[in-house]
Amino acid sequence: MTDTEERQDRRPEQISHVVVRFAGDSGDGMQLTGDRFTSVSALFGNDLSTFPDYPAEIRAPAGTVNGVSSFQVHISDHDITTPGDSPNVLVAMNPAALKADLHRLEQGGLLIVNTDAFDERDLHKAGYDHNPLHDDFLSEYRVVEIPMTSLTQAATEPLGVKPRDAERSKNFFALGLVSWLYSRPTEPTLAWIESRFKDLVKDSNLAAFKAGYAFGETTELFDHPFEVRPAQLPPGEYTNITGNVALAWGLVAAGQQAKLPVFLGSYPITPASDILHELSKHKHFGVRTVQAEDEIAAAGMALGAAFSGHLGVTTTSGPGVALKSETLSLATSLELPLVLVDIQRGGPSTGLPTKTEAADLNIAMFGRHGEAPLPIVAAYSPSNCFDAAVEAARIALKYRTPVILLSDGYLANGSEPWRLPDPADLPDISVSFQTEKNHVNADGVEEYWPYLRDPDTLARPWAIPGTPGLMHRVGGIEKQDGSGNIDYSPANHSTMVHLRQEKVDRIANDIPPAEVTGDADADVVLLGWGSTWAAIDAAVQRTRRAGTKVAWIHLTHLNPLPPNLGDLLKGYRHVLVPELNMGQLCRIVRANYLVDAKAVTKVQGLPFTSAEIERAIQEALS
Amino acid sequence: MTDTIVPLTTKKDWMSDQEVRWCPGCGDYGIMQAVQTLMPELGIAPENTVFISGIGCSSRFPYYMNTYGMHSIHGRAPAIATGVAVARPDLDVWVVTGDGDALSIGGNHLLHALRRNVNLTILLFNNRIYGLTKGQYSPTSEEGKITKSTPMGSIDHPFNPLSVALGAEASFVARTHDLDRKHMMNVFRQAHAHKGASFVEIYQNCNVFNDAAYDGVTGKHAREEMMIDLEHGMPIRFGKDGHKGVVMGSDGQLRIVEVAEVGEDALLVHDAQRPDPGLAFALARLSHDDHSPTPFGVFRDVQRGEYGAMVGAQLAQASEKKGPGDLNALLRSNGTWQVG
Repeated sequence: MTDTEERQDRRPEQISHVVVRFAGDSGDGMQLTGDRFTSVSALFGNDLSTFPDYPAEIRAPAGTVNGVSSFQVHISDHDITTPGDSPNVLVAMNPAALKADLHRLEQGGLLIVNTDAFDERDLHKAGYDHNPLHDDFLSEYRVVEIPMTSLTQAATEPLGVKPRDAERSKNFFALGLVSWLYSRPTEPTLAWIESRFKDLVKDSNLAAFKAGYAFGETTELFDHPFEVRPAQLPPGEYTNITGNVALAWGLVAAGQQAKLPVFLGSYPITPASDILHELSKHKHFGVRTVQAEDEIAAAGMALGAAFSGHLGVTTTSGPGVALKSETLSLATSLELPLVLVDIQRGGPSTGLPTKTEAADLNIAMFGRHGEAPLPIVAAYSPSNCFDAAVEAARIALKYRTPVILLSDGYLANGSEPWRLPDPADLPDISVSFQTEKNHVNADGVEEYWPYLRDPDTLARPWAIPGTPGLMHRVGGIEKQDGSGNIDYSPANHSTMVHLRQEKVDRIANDIPPAEVTGDADADVVLLGWGSTWAAIDAAVQRTRRAGTKVAWIHLTHLNPLPPNLGDLLKGYRHVLVPELNMGQLCRIVRANYLVDAKAVTKVQGLPFTSAEIERAIQEALS
Repeated sequence: MTDTIVPLTTKKDWMSDQEVRWCPGCGDYGIMQAVQTLMPELGIAPENTVFISGIGCSSRFPYYMNTYGMHSIHGRAPAIATGVAVARPDLDVWVVTGDGDALSIGGNHLLHALRRNVNLTILLFNNRIYGLTKGQYSPTSEEGKITKSTPMGSIDHPFNPLSVALGAEASFVARTHDLDRKHMMNVFRQAHAHKGASFVEIYQNCNVFNDAAYDGVTGKHAREEMMIDLEHGMPIRFGKDGHKGVVMGSDGQLRIVEVAEVGEDALLVHDAQRPDPGLAFALARLSHDDHSPTPFGVFRDVQRGEYGAMVGAQLAQASEKKGPGDLNALLRSNGTWQVG
């Protein structure tokens, strides 16, 4: 064979998609590696979906299974929604990573291991009593053994990098290798390393990345590289976005579209803190952020800002929602706009801080004292967090009510390409402040009545401090319908409780009706909400391709529910509700519509795989 | 020639139409009178004034003021008021709270509002009892106090509110009492003038559940010998014809002395503007019980950055550097690519 023929043989093989999982110790930089691979794939034009999976400990004991940090990324030449059920490729930087993630790898999948990390001590720390590379333990996989640490050391030694420091660049070796394997352009990564690092660290990372790339190209360990062509996405300008950044930008956009300054009160909590970080960068939009002394104060500050005429927002996760409950009750009673963002995580209590779950629907619906209904909006994909934030703000402002916006850890940290909206197309969500007195009393004197409602929306006027003549007091004590003065009388309390409920109920007429996708005439309908969207979407597509009819309704508004939902559900023999909880929406649907809905639950701190949803459909129909 | 300030408002402009519902004889009436009488003098408008309260008897205060107001959640007034003051530095924001509200359930928020130096005037009505819940001991009740929840006497050591405020880095700390409207107005006036968080403890009598708690100090018969009026830059003296004074011993301890015995020059000169809060702290702890000479007036009044102004300054700085926010630019800030 001539050189030319050989080279032609090593031309990239076209594949439609691949799922790669980078796994290593928390200190190995796997999140960074995955993130870079994602970015370059996004720039290349692939559709993609990511799933960062990392431990709660900042640095769990090195080399242990508890300390494994992974990043799974699915890149594709067609429209995809999930980070993939099973990786096709697992890059294991140490034995613990192998132990933690091997079971995820598909049968016959490609396993790339850093053999330098497989000494006796590392094996022991990972809980192996044998070296899995030395027997037929891995015979079901295509194993590629590479001494990544020593190759990185060799590549960086001429630069004067000490072996110990060189070890820190080995993730760039892995990135270089996988970049070659999937024919990723190198320039964006090289440019990124140049801009991100300095001095010897920069040089070391550049050398490691190039060495990894060259290693793939020159060695015979791989027959040939692969290529995943750009996806045929709808035309437009795209960016790669995580749920938390999309949500933060959505809040900025909401402020612009409402023509109100945004005020965020927040207390750091995983996985919501990135919204605080992101919004803190955008002060030039007039966004004020205060890192409060606690969750309670964070909500209180946002409510104080709302009283003063700002778009008040507070961001948190489950444990913080519990602490903000009293403020939500007050906001419900004061009838002031407030957006509470809950990035759900595994609970109860501290639970699984870095893992996903969607088990806060109950607390969102019912977690307040007294009759305290409030609207709930749920985001369903990383990029949808943008629209969901604008929608939550719209409802809060228009109806003068606290709104809970539910996202989760999976959406928060996962990313996908997002076709940028034209800001000119965003809804105008501005509202007017009250500037005039609105009532004439029995003596013919004009007054301001803070609880005189709009007859359609039942929203009360919003008169902010600084407005002459409209001075008024609001408080948690029951208010007289209209005047807002303290009133404990039985009939008035009943009126006010009913009015607050009716106001929230009427929002049902102001949200999109539930829509059925898939086969409207199927026997089975899936009713989803939140991040299960991705797995349901993939499962519905596959089930239909296999010739089985299935219908799907995905909810973006959980309170109130779309008015047509009950009738739609009653049209199906089987109603399945996949949820990352023990059946919280299912219970609401059963209670509201008396339909025999069945919950499909998962509470492992992980998103559904599409296979799990497919199986549930098959079981229902069998 | 001096300028004559013509008040824009009268006392009546600051009174709401709501019926005041405190118990007859409550010290809160006197405090409300002092605030409402003072307001026209401050040259501010009711529509630019906000009163925020928590829960408790004192927290009904906002309902009686013809300003913007919020009767909020137990303990949370400093947090909610922080939101108001940071969002709207143009407003005059007052917090009305009590010993249980501010020092028990809301302790954390008080500490942090003071630490951040948010532009709030915080009036703490200290009656050393829970009144609204009908007579349990509070975090300022004295040890041994018999109440409904402490039938054998309280074993809780009380807070000294001024010590707490000074420990929380407060930039303005004062004490007054509900029987002397002039004194209250004078202290409130200075508290209002201070840029940043002002903390005022008001000895307030609960005539139903803890009557005469301060009689040994502020009672008519006791006042002259028990109340020490602090005046910035003046030697600290009190008693009939100023026969008593305060000196600092070589051990750093403050002591009460007969001026005739030590001479006027030995007296401690009050300095509310000392950067170090040590002297204010010592004065705050001069009295240990309800029948010893107790300092009143402004203990500390120092300048440091006000929180809302600093938040605003960062916003202005960001706008200057980056220009006004542009949503199109924001959406493209992490890199984009074109399809089609």
